[in-house]
Amino acid sequence: MKNLHNDESFQKRIDANEHVEPRDYMPEGYRKHLIRQISQHAHSEVIGMQPEGNWITRAPSLRAKQILLAKIQDEGGHGLYLYSAAETLGVSREEMIEQLHSGKAKYSNIFNYPALNWADIGAIGWLVDGAAIVNQVSLQRTSYGPYSRAMIRICKEESFHQRQGYEIMCKMMAGTLEQKQMAQDAMNRWWWPALMMFGPHDSDSPHTGDAVKWKIKRESNDTLRQKFIDKTVQQAELIGLVIPDKDLKWNAQNGHYDHGTINWEEFFEVINGKGPCNKQRLEHHKKYHLEGEWVREAATAHKMKKIKRERHHLTH
Amino acid sequence: MENLQDNQFDVWEVFIQSKPGLPHIHAGNVHATDKKMAVQNARDTYTRRGEGTSIWVVPSLNVTASDPDENEMLFDPSNDKMYRHPTFYILPEGAKNI
Ligand SMILES: [Fe+2]
Ligand SMILES: [Fe+2]
Repeated sequence: MKNLHNDESFQKRIDANEHVEPRDYMPEGYRKHLIRQISQHAHSEVIGMQPEGNWITRAPSLRAKQILLAKIQDEGGHGLYLYSAAETLGVSREEMIEQLHSGKAKYSNIFNYPALNWADIGAIGWLVDGAAIVNQVSLQRTSYGPYSRAMIRICKEESFHQRQGYEIMCKMMAGTLEQKQMAQDAMNRWWWPALMMFGPHDSDSPHTGDAVKWKIKRESNDTLRQKFIDKTVQQAELIGLVIPDKDLKWNAQNGHYDHGTINWEEFFEVINGKGPCNKQRLEHHKKYHLEGEWVREAATAHKMKKIKRERHHLTH
Repeated sequence: MENLQDNQFDVWEVFIQSKPGLPHIHAGNVHATDKKMAVQNARDTYTRRGEGTSIWVVPSLNVTASDPDENEMLFDPSNDKMYRHPTFYILPEGAKNI
């Protein structure tokens, strides 16, 4: 295997399903695409802690509270795995956080919607984590080694996230009429944004070409979205939830569910900052990043003091 | 290992042994200002579900890696040295347990 420094031999390695490691040659476009995608993914994990964190103190039981805490802690961990993977490409964590704060880097649109009541925590775990899993399972085979390894680790932890959400929905659907209505209402609000998580249709997604050629992306947006729909319909039906799409129907010819039109206008409005929570999410992150400044400073000062003391020891 | 450029601390590589008797395997990395913080962060980040019974942390800057450009020289499969493989040897018919 010759590791020539040109795009042609790089593509040959990709075509042979070889993984790319941090110190290998890679085209600048490949590096840039990965930094954008992985940092956006990392920011999503971290920002995604907010809508759920909002419910820790109001969880309906100690059991529910422990589960939610563990779930949110996992998401923080996922953010860390992904920041680490991005750092191997030569971007620092500080730069990534700056880009998040300046708005240059995005995070998943889904977290710009509010978690209004406890049923939303069920819907988020079941649908949002459920959609994320479909995407992440596919990304386990992504061509960049550190990203692929982070995805494998994340997927191991995710299935509990989806199950805890579905369990909440099951419980509510077995409860009072009011609880059932809450569950259905959460379903109605989260279904379409969850479908939008997979991104624009293949016919109009601008970044797909290179990402597929370089095997960063292994399956198309529409393929992944379809997988999610096909899996989820049965789970909804089993507990009596109605999918809020009057055009949804089984297509026996192709063995998939057909679905109605996605409102992309809403998607682009939310992405461009007009979602219900965009401002709140970013401001929250900035505020706590700033409030933690003294901790980082103190830890660094402590380290410097220790280094000085050790040097002193060595020279005397 | 002295990262003074930003406020995100030094990077430490994390190795986890899943149970006694097995090797420590690279799990990822964490940011920390010292050994103690590195072990603590590695514990919180990589072993929340009984993934390990032992953790090693090593400052990333202290890891020396081989150069991918020298792969050919370093990892030449040595096809001319087939005698390193047990299948190279011709044994008499009927030899058992060898
Ligand atoms: Fe996650
Ligand atoms: Fe999750």
